[in-house]
Amino acid sequence: MIEAKGINKSFGNQQVLFDVSAQFHPGKVNLIIGQSGQGKTVLAKCMVGLHHPEKGEILFNGKDFLSMDKSSQSNLRSEIGMLFQGSALFDSMTVEENIKFPLSMFTKMSKKEMQHRVDFCLERVNLSGKNALYPSECSGGMQKRVGIARAISLNPKYLFCDEPNSGLDPKTAIVIDNLIRDITYEYHITTLVITHDMNSVMEIGDNILFIHQGKKWWEGDRKSILTSDNPEINAFVFASEFMKEIRSTLKGQKR
Amino acid sequence: MKYLRNIGRYFLMLGFVFRRPKKFRLFYRQFIREFDEVGINSIPLVALMSTFIGAVIALQTASNIDNPLLPSYTVGYITQSSIILEFSPTIMCLILAGKIGSNISSEIGTMRITEQIDAMEVMGVNSLNYLILPKVAAAFIYFPILVIFSMFLGLSGGFLAVVISGLLSPQNFVLGLRSWFDTYNIVYALTKTVAFGFFIVSISSFYGYYVKGGALEVGKSSTRAVVVSSVVILIFNFIITKLMLLK
Ligand SMILES: Nc1ncnc2c1ncn2[C@@H]1O[C@H](COP(=O)(O)OP(=O)(O)OP(=O)(O)O)[C@@H](O)[C@H]1O
Ligand SMILES: [Mg+2]
Repeated sequence: MIEAKGINKSFGNQQVLFDVSAQFHPGKVNLIIGQSGQGKTVLAKCMVGLHHPEKGEILFNGKDFLSMDKSSQSNLRSEIGMLFQGSALFDSMTVEENIKFPLSMFTKMSKKEMQHRVDFCLERVNLSGKNALYPSECSGGMQKRVGIARAISLNPKYLFCDEPNSGLDPKTAIVIDNLIRDITYEYHITTLVITHDMNSVMEIGDNILFIHQGKKWWEGDRKSILTSDNPEINAFVFASEFMKEIRSTLKGQKR
Repeated sequence: MKYLRNIGRYFLMLGFVFRRPKKFRLFYRQFIREFDEVGINSIPLVALMSTFIGAVIALQTASNIDNPLLPSYTVGYITQSSIILEFSPTIMCLILAGKIGSNISSEIGTMRITEQIDAMEVMGVNSLNYLILPKVAAAFIYFPILVIFSMFLGLSGGFLAVVISGLLSPQNFVLGLRSWFDTYNIVYALTKTVAFGFFIVSISSFYGYYVKGGALEVGKSSTRAVVVSSVVILIFNFIITKLMLLK
């Protein structure tokens, strides 16, 4: 389980996160949603220690990450898989080498086992046979998927995905959503997905956190998000006129 | 104030760089890559510069020494000492600071702004150690090699220039090269080289690693890396010379 307690984060004198607290349980897909620029990525980066919040605690299974010494931090981090919003693939390495990197850094696998693992991860993101491409030769969506393959290569206990399916076509997006859900349930890992995509929200959101203006604005599951009366949530979920109409018919039926 | 902070951060950085690599195989792979892409790739530049400058030093010396009291082999001696003491270890390193320094700092800076370094850190990799130690280690090897190579070509260039233009007989020039030859000069030159190579690589890595912003900042910080390493080279050239030659 990951627990964030009272996270405050500023850049210079611009405060981005205000007292955000949340719990993310294992075996569940936890979503962080919210409009662009509201602090979702910053929150995720605080949780993995890439940003240092001025105030607050990040607990991984009860242990405070921020006050750990370097080597325990590093040990914990080898259990974290993260997909960055911009993929962040190592551009001097091929797709295969990218996925192999954490394996050769942290395991004692033989060449054959590693190859096996790489092929397995690539297959799960529908990229079999793309081993020898360089990131610059991959499309944006392919890079995202390689990023996911790299994030899951070490069988992480904690998986962070920053917009895993932005830039993907609806069909591939569903493949990725399902992949994330499947490995979450299969290996009982704690998964945290940042997304804007309402399809994903409805498809995989077990626990949903809505971040607005740097605050935790709303929390709930995918059923309650449709029936919530919170105006900001409604503005987010039913953004288009068409969806607003659907909402009013839904409301009408309920009465 | 900002300078002091940067110096502090630079030494803190070195503390993380000089750790035992987690996986020696990965270190070795990076080491070879650096040696190849930075060291071997600098050979043409070093060869070109050294041959021509060596030739010009010899010609200029020959044209300046027309005093009949000075034996003609003095030309060989002066060429030898300018190349071994100053041109190859210092001027060549300043030139390499431009080439290697900007290369390293833009490579690492790009990794920073595209979050590749963050990706490593999240995995639990000591990115400073993984990225910079192989560069420093490779520099300790290829810098002396490049400088010795540069001395050799510089002297050959000088030899060819004066002999072809008939200013000096080959025997006389070689006699000059060998007179008052002191191996301590080579020790002094290589000490400088190793120090300068270390400064170039570590300072450029520093400016790349801590860059913030985008492509524009990567460009700016690689310029800064070259300027700062050059200044540091000039200062330490003075200090090392004072310490080693004027005991
Ligand atoms: N490194 C940084 N330095 C300064 N400000 C930052 C930095 N990173 C983020 N911010 C600011 O923090 C705010 C939140 O950014 P964040 O990246 O978390 O948004 P987001 O919710 O992930 O948006 P999106 O959905 O567009 O990715 C923004 O106003 C941004 O300007
Ligand atoms: Mg974001």
